[in-house]
Amino acid sequence: MNDFLRVAWIVMRKDLTVEMRSREILYTTVFFAVSCVLVFAFALVREGQPMEDAAAGILWIAIAFSGTLALGRTFERERHTETLRALMLAPSDRPAIYVGKLLGMLALMAVVEIVLVPLVGLLFHAPFQASPFWLVVLILAGTLGFASVGTIFAAMLVRARSRDVLLPVLLYPITIPVIIAGVRGTTALLQSTPDEPMARFWAALLVFFDVVFVTLSLWTFEPLMTE
Amino acid sequence: MSKAFTPVAFIVLALFALAPAVVAWAPFEQTMGLVQKIFYYHVPSAMLMFISAFVCGIASAVYLFKRSAAADRLALAAGELVVLFGLIVMVTGPLWGRKAWGVWWQWDAKLTSALLLWMIFIAYLMVRRFGGPGSEKLGGAMAVFGMANVPFVYVSSMYWRTLHPAPTVVPTLQPGMRGAFYFCVTAFVGLYVLLLTVRRRIGEHEAEVERLHLALED
Repeated sequence: MNDFLRVAWIVMRKDLTVEMRSREILYTTVFFAVSCVLVFAFALVREGQPMEDAAAGILWIAIAFSGTLALGRTFERERHTETLRALMLAPSDRPAIYVGKLLGMLALMAVVEIVLVPLVGLLFHAPFQASPFWLVVLILAGTLGFASVGTIFAAMLVRARSRDVLLPVLLYPITIPVIIAGVRGTTALLQSTPDEPMARFWAALLVFFDVVFVTLSLWTFEPLMTE
Repeated sequence: MSKAFTPVAFIVLALFALAPAVVAWAPFEQTMGLVQKIFYYHVPSAMLMFISAFVCGIASAVYLFKRSAAADRLALAAGELVVLFGLIVMVTGPLWGRKAWGVWWQWDAKLTSALLLWMIFIAYLMVRRFGGPGSEKLGGAMAVFGMANVPFVYVSSMYWRTLHPAPTVVPTLQPGMRGAFYFCVTAFVGLYVLLLTVRRRIGEHEAEVERLHLALED
């Protein structure tokens, strides 16, 4: 178990070190997320007034879109430098590699979300600060659900043809429950009096989704990555 | 192909030939009248769509862990049938909904989960077709994840209004309607088994041709 966590930690640190040196994925993903929100702002703000209840939807769409971009790029790097095979040859548990990759992905998406939340709040007049605890729980659980499925699909697609197109094709139908729960939960928090029991329900659903899909990914990573 | 195939094919053909008459003889529903008859095709197709999704998901899991090519062929056949029966569901559902609810589409739990399940399996077929080498494994994962996703989609969309008639409607049907309904279910299950068998058989032939082709090249 200790060894498992150590390998996961090393893989994550490796990913983050590579990223910190080039900052390629971080910069492009943040910029993409911001442009995404701006496109929505131009489409949905009329005469200075944003559409009612749009903020939660836009936040989650921006998270999903920028997450997909980041997922594709992280594994493209492994493919480009032929390092995925080296990673797979490492004498360690395969699922530990998955966990390491997932943690790296979560760290990256967290940075993007730190930029996104205030931006959406500002442009769409959304009081995200009303109940910060449940907002953080929803975003954390939602991001974990999205990234857990995304990481395993992106890893599998490394060797596939037309991988850029196939990642969103596979990922979005599967992660729709995350988007529904995230949007509904966040909308509940943005009411004039935050509806915390409702947010708690959606957060619980997200946590349940996370448990099922992280388990399923850990279980299938080994057979999926064996050539 | 097993000896039972031809007789079963004839029985299913006969059932489908008789089905319009059976459906026409079934009593009229009081409030909806004629449109209710769609139910005899819509419900069996929806049942088979969900059953087929589970067949595909379980066969894919067997393929991933046991590397059984037969399980993979079964999964592909079942995956194609999810999309086929899903198409029937997606065409007959709105036709009924337009008359019964006044709208073509509603974001109701059953409709949303059926639509998403259908989309997941369309994505499954796309991966199988365009994924290149190793796409069987990719598709296998998609099917397993898609199967696990069904309850989540259902629960998450349930918090929107549910308009769709509950599945408990079937035991409360009038005897005349119930007979016609089970007749149609039998016909559709027969059709499903036949199509699944034929598609698997095609998969086996393809694998055989591939093997012979490789043997010839060596």
